[in-house]
Amino acid sequence: MRFLLDDEQREFARSLDAMLTASDTPGAVRAWASGDTAPGRALWSRLAEAGVFALAVPEPYEGLGPLPVELAVAFTELGRHAVPGPLVETVAAAALLDRLGDQDAAAAWLPRIAAGKAVVSLCVPAAGSPYALDPDATDAVLVVAGDTVLLTEDAGPVQPSADPARRLARPLGGTVLARGPEVEAAAGHAADVAALVTAAQALGLGRALLDRTVAYVKQRTQFGVAIGSFQAVKHRLADTLLALEFAQPLLHSAALALAGPDGREAGREIAAAKVAAGDSAYAAARAALQLHGAVGYTDELDLSLWIRKARPLREAWGTPAACRARVLAP
Amino acid sequence: MDLDFTAAEDAFRAEARAWLTAHVPAVPLPSLETEEGFAAHREWERTLFADRWSVVSWPEEYGGRGASILRWLIFEEEYYAAGAPGRVSQNGINLLAPTLFEHGTDEQRARVLPSMASGEVIWAQAWSEPESGSDLASLRSTAVRTAGGWLLSGQKTWSSRAAFADRAFGLFRSDPEAARPHQGLTYLMFPLDAPGVTVRPIGRLDGKPAFAELFLDEVFVPDEDVIGAPGQGWRVAMSTAGNERGLTLRSPGRFTAAAERLTGLWRDGADPSDTALRDRVADAVIAARAYRLFTYSNASRIAAGESIGAESSLNKVFWSELDIALHETALDVLGPYGELSDEATEAPAHGSWAEGHTFSLAGPIYAGTNEIQRDIIAERLLGLPKGRR
Repeated sequence: MRFLLDDEQREFARSLDAMLTASDTPGAVRAWASGDTAPGRALWSRLAEAGVFALAVPEPYEGLGPLPVELAVAFTELGRHAVPGPLVETVAAAALLDRLGDQDAAAAWLPRIAAGKAVVSLCVPAAGSPYALDPDATDAVLVVAGDTVLLTEDAGPVQPSADPARRLARPLGGTVLARGPEVEAAAGHAADVAALVTAAQALGLGRALLDRTVAYVKQRTQFGVAIGSFQAVKHRLADTLLALEFAQPLLHSAALALAGPDGREAGREIAAAKVAAGDSAYAAARAALQLHGAVGYTDELDLSLWIRKARPLREAWGTPAACRARVLAP
Repeated sequence: MDLDFTAAEDAFRAEARAWLTAHVPAVPLPSLETEEGFAAHREWERTLFADRWSVVSWPEEYGGRGASILRWLIFEEEYYAAGAPGRVSQNGINLLAPTLFEHGTDEQRARVLPSMASGEVIWAQAWSEPESGSDLASLRSTAVRTAGGWLLSGQKTWSSRAAFADRAFGLFRSDPEAARPHQGLTYLMFPLDAPGVTVRPIGRLDGKPAFAELFLDEVFVPDEDVIGAPGQGWRVAMSTAGNERGLTLRSPGRFTAAAERLTGLWRDGADPSDTALRDRVADAVIAARAYRLFTYSNASRIAAGESIGAESSLNKVFWSELDIALHETALDVLGPYGELSDEATEAPAHGSWAEGHTFSLAGPIYAGTNEIQRDIIAERLLGLPKGRR
């Protein structure tokens, strides 16, 4: 047993972190929220060059995957930088297309997903939400309805989210991409992949919130001292770190389980990771907001880009209640 | 990255499981916090030792198996899954022994460890004093130089297991002139039946004498029972404090086993429409799994040559809060039967949930309060500035 990321995986995380740090990601998030997806698409291409989407696509379709551990590593970094767009949905759509057993559909979409040329949203109402994320910024939306997968480019009017960088809408109509008994299992697998990488995003989001808040309380002074020297502040941040530290091994174990043969056990592990990562990221957001004080409550401070993502990620692709029920499912 | 065990590790697990199946008492032993239970648990330690299961991670020459951390974790998982008794020797095994391995002499190890492993000598810790709890370095009990050794005087308290234990270990002020409080302390071992020692058992929350006050009046301790150099006691003790908080005191096996039992209790007896209760059971299962995986990750780091420092404070806060949550949830599932103690004939699971709950409530206090642990986490892991406590 060596339950640690290897050097290559760590280096992959470091290089993504460095690339996203150098890319004015907050600017891309704000542009995305205002309907200008060009900077976000440019970022998407750079992520594709780094191999992020190829991790979800099998080798016959010009990918490198599926590699769930590497996906979890990558999405932790995407969450750390609050990267906008249907990242989760695109890799989950790749998982769906891979499992449908329809070579034409797979050949039509998977190489383009791997290359970052297709941005795909995915809506699986049975997994909890009637909305697709960012359908107006995608090349396609896949919708799973019972034993049918529909492909559409149309969606209803955008229903604005409390996180302006998340643009939700109901998919409309569509042509049949696949139909049959294999759809349900494929959609279940895709939802599992979505839940895993959403958990990873949440974990990265929480880490970023913690890091920024630690930096802030070291430099913000009141009563003549750094507020980070006060025990009430320290303990809140200690608890924030604690929750994130214990969520991380659940995430990595779930990724290993998804790569393994036992789908039911993987589902339970993913649900556990989703609860822990979603809860800890939201708690990190609350701590970040509280310890920044009023300035943390503003849209102006980039911290808001992370804070307002925490709650949607907690609910997306498996609410806490649904995940807890799954953990105990026989 | 993997979570795979080797064939040899699987075989070790199977061997431990088979032995435990054959030897774990069918009816739980009486509470180890009673005189009768203490004796029964001491006898159990002898049984473990006879087949070299009492200290699997120690070298063979002291009664162990030279097991790796991973094998020790495997053993612990099997131990608690089998419902085996609590370890009356744990203060010695988890606190004193690691100190002897790191700072003791060969003579001390040869003299102290085998009788510790067999349960022949049960050790109590003697850290706290009436005026020195979290601020342990302010302690006032003294060790005064005398011919061939030291004379110990003062008062120690909250000394776990000391009501029935044989010997104790702790810190004493040997140089009252030292410049700073944590200097001039010496780590010593001493007998609890020696002239000058008075042991006053203290009833814990449920009345059982789980700890004691120790009054010491010029108790003679020979030089051979000093661990490390005189005056270096703080540094020596802190190496065991990490053990107490971190990897070795509370292995994940006891929590994964308790979470498993809680899940069974909930499936058998709880109202399925009570989703609030269901969520708490799920959270206990998730947290026990998280603690197990976090520990595997730390064990992997140690195996890779890294060391675990202030991270042990993360463990301590996490397991102590998990332990309480597990037991509180079980008591809520049990409803009116939850309060029945181990002495009640109608108590579910021989009262182990009520006893476990009482025991768990002390977790955030001993081994360094969780407030102190959070200070350590904030200052050493997050780099926040020191301030007034």
